[in-house]
Amino acid sequence: MSTLRSVIRVGGVRDSRLMVPIVALAAILLIDLIVVPGFFNLEMKDGHLYGSLVDILRNSAPTVVLAIGMTLVIATGGVDLSVGAIMAIAASVACILIDPRIIGLNLQGNITAVVGDPTYSFAPIPVVIVASLVVAVACGLWNGVLVSFGRIQPMVATLILMIAGRGIAQLITNSIKIIIFNDAFAYIGNGFIILPFSLFIVVALFAGAWLLTRRTAIGLFVESVGISFRASLYAGINEKRIKLFAYSFCGFCAGVAGLIAVSSIRTSDANQIGLYTELDAILAVVIGGTLLGTGGRFSLLGSVLGGLVIQATQTSMYAIGVAASAITAVKAVMVIIVIILYSRQVQDLGGRLVARLGRKQAAT
Amino acid sequence: MTGPATDIVVMENIDKSFPGVHALKQVNFSLARGEIHALVGENGAGKSTLIRVLTGVERPESGTIRLDGIEVTIRSPLHAQSLGISTVYQEVNLCPNLTVAENLLIGRQPMKRRHVDWKTMNRQAREILQGLDIAIDVTQPLGSYSIAIQQMAAIARALVISSAKVLVLDEPTSSLTGHETDQLFRVMRKLRGEGIAIVFITHFLDQVYEVSDRVTVLRNGSVVGVYETASLPRLTLITLMLGRSLTELDDINRHRIESSQHIGTESLLEAEGVGVFGSIAPFDLVLHAGEVVGFAGLLGSGRTEMAQLLFGIDQPTTGSMTMDGAPIRKFSPIGSIERGVALCPEDRKAEGIVADLTVRENIIMAMQASRGWFRHLSTSDQYAIAERYIKLLNIATPSADQPVKNLSGGNQQKVILARWLATNPRLLILDEPTRGIDVGTKADIQKLVLSLAEEGKSCIFISSELEEVLRTSHRIVVMRDRAKVSEFAGDVDEQELMQAIAGGES
Repeated sequence: MSTLRSVIRVGGVRDSRLMVPIVALAAILLIDLIVVPGFFNLEMKDGHLYGSLVDILRNSAPTVVLAIGMTLVIATGGVDLSVGAIMAIAASVACILIDPRIIGLNLQGNITAVVGDPTYSFAPIPVVIVASLVVAVACGLWNGVLVSFGRIQPMVATLILMIAGRGIAQLITNSIKIIIFNDAFAYIGNGFIILPFSLFIVVALFAGAWLLTRRTAIGLFVESVGISFRASLYAGINEKRIKLFAYSFCGFCAGVAGLIAVSSIRTSDANQIGLYTELDAILAVVIGGTLLGTGGRFSLLGSVLGGLVIQATQTSMYAIGVAASAITAVKAVMVIIVIILYSRQVQDLGGRLVARLGRKQAAT
Repeated sequence: MTGPATDIVVMENIDKSFPGVHALKQVNFSLARGEIHALVGENGAGKSTLIRVLTGVERPESGTIRLDGIEVTIRSPLHAQSLGISTVYQEVNLCPNLTVAENLLIGRQPMKRRHVDWKTMNRQAREILQGLDIAIDVTQPLGSYSIAIQQMAAIARALVISSAKVLVLDEPTSSLTGHETDQLFRVMRKLRGEGIAIVFITHFLDQVYEVSDRVTVLRNGSVVGVYETASLPRLTLITLMLGRSLTELDDINRHRIESSQHIGTESLLEAEGVGVFGSIAPFDLVLHAGEVVGFAGLLGSGRTEMAQLLFGIDQPTTGSMTMDGAPIRKFSPIGSIERGVALCPEDRKAEGIVADLTVRENIIMAMQASRGWFRHLSTSDQYAIAERYIKLLNIATPSADQPVKNLSGGNQQKVILARWLATNPRLLILDEPTRGIDVGTKADIQKLVLSLAEEGKSCIFISSELEEVLRTSHRIVVMRDRAKVSEFAGDVDEQELMQAIAGGES
């Protein structure tokens, strides 16, 4: 009991937004430790690290990347429903630049006709990557313009691209699933430097986002705009530009997630890439303690942990033997738990419990 | 009237601390049936905390509360309501888009065969309001009535839903006009006649004298004393509140006259025929360095619109403005900040503070905005700036990391002032900087304005309190019906000024 108390004391349970995701992650891993034998086994094979934990990290990469971008958008008081669609667009752009032959051939889905050459790419791979990301940023910018200049409700504004995006992605590849044979591009999602290469992308993106928001004034301005855009305006903050930035950055992250996703499955499947990931990303941000709807204070680390919580839950459910079709029900339960945990009543109760513990300790 | 037999609420030895602040120290407070009891004190004296304890928002660490002689523990605002203690806050917490009747009776609407009985509901609402001598159309949306009427609707609702025995009015008059205030006072007196005990919190000492029977003075979390209002001289009351006498006001007058020597001859800002179509009629204005110009006028006379125009919130549709002789092209807040113009907006909550951010972040915000996104103030610089202004302006906060929403109104105002002083402006526009602020802080702000003027800065001082405008301004611009009507230089007679504000014919 006394250790719990000291944890509460040190962590400042009421103030620390990281408490919820950390406790959740610990709880899930604890269940795995008890229920799933060998869950924590790690194995070195051909210089690669394998194991359920690595799987969790690797599979969480797209969600975590999306969540990082989504955090800023939600902090400005908005939300971006189109990130899944942007992933698909970025994936299609990458695929068509690697292998544009398919358009001219017009094979109507008969994809096996193209024989794969593992070194062939129409455009150089760096160009492919940059072009995909530029298109993704442009998509984000479009959302940003609608929200800041068009003054459209973020949910409605981003719904446009969410619906239209997959169609656009289909148009780019002429509704054909392009298979990627290029090994260099496939390295993004499948490569290993002991750990999966995509993890290094996630870490770099997180570090970049953290520096960009916390080592400049952007983080403060994003929070300020989310809390009160009128007061921010009066303080000389260009609220429109901040929103443009947040949505563009979110688009960028969606582009990165799209590249990781398409690279790992090696197929431009506009109907499947990033499907429903916007909801995972939003859930991750909310688990991480950034307030959906009201915005304001945000925590990038919280969102990353939130993404890990989602993926860990999913992987654990598979390990335990829950059917894939039932995973959505598990997520629904997570949403309910999150709502309860962040509700005023529970927060007040927690505060009172801490106060009582503190008083008891002071009395003894 | 004040014997223990008639006391409905007796609070004894109430103690309450917050991190870094001992908000209430062994406070005793008693409230008799059928009295209007004023609660006065400076910002942070503990008025709000005491009320929050009484209404169940906060729990005291020690002390007892007796209601009708029975000791009670007030667990929540809802519980307080069920005990007959109701509160009406400065901001009306009703739904402006519902009708008056709906607002009054929602939750206990009369039913007829599982449907709302609108006819009965409207009749009941009319009767309730008639009880307060208010005759309005209860089928209109609440939002279509003045703040005063909305406030009275809130009071009526408090009386209906909890059959209140104790009514707490927290700064009810701060956004009311004189006429509306009178209307509210009539209702208060009527309720007093019906035996209801009313706690009245206000910063307006005139109103304390006009309406209250007794007054409890708080200072630094302790009760200084309880007095019969009628037999307490006003100067004594101020001295009790401040713990010092207010010869300062004379000092401010002297200060103003002395500083008028230093007004520059070169103009700092010149506006020629500047106006916004449909918002403010074209006006001319010249400001000099080291000058304090007061804007006087009634609420809605265009004072705020003029301030917003000068700061670049609104774009002028006609006319031109120059600063230091150079024409102004970039009409935006950030453009103004770059030129050295600052605005403390009228609506502190919506346009001033960013509630969830810390005192430090609120203070450095405008300065950071002027530096742009990438020339980031380091954390240590931020603390240094924040600490400097916390000390300079005497901001009462446990630390620079306190969310600004936890500060009292006066201290929030000081944080906004600090935000703008940190940008080192040459023209500081203060729109109602002293609204809802206690006497001591008011004097501090007036002094600050004059010392800024002495440093060669120019100030525009907007206030509804004529006395204050007269005391601080070298020159006074009078606004009426969204137009500038006249300008007075030097010492002007209050009567003459009032006439200009009200309109020439009377």
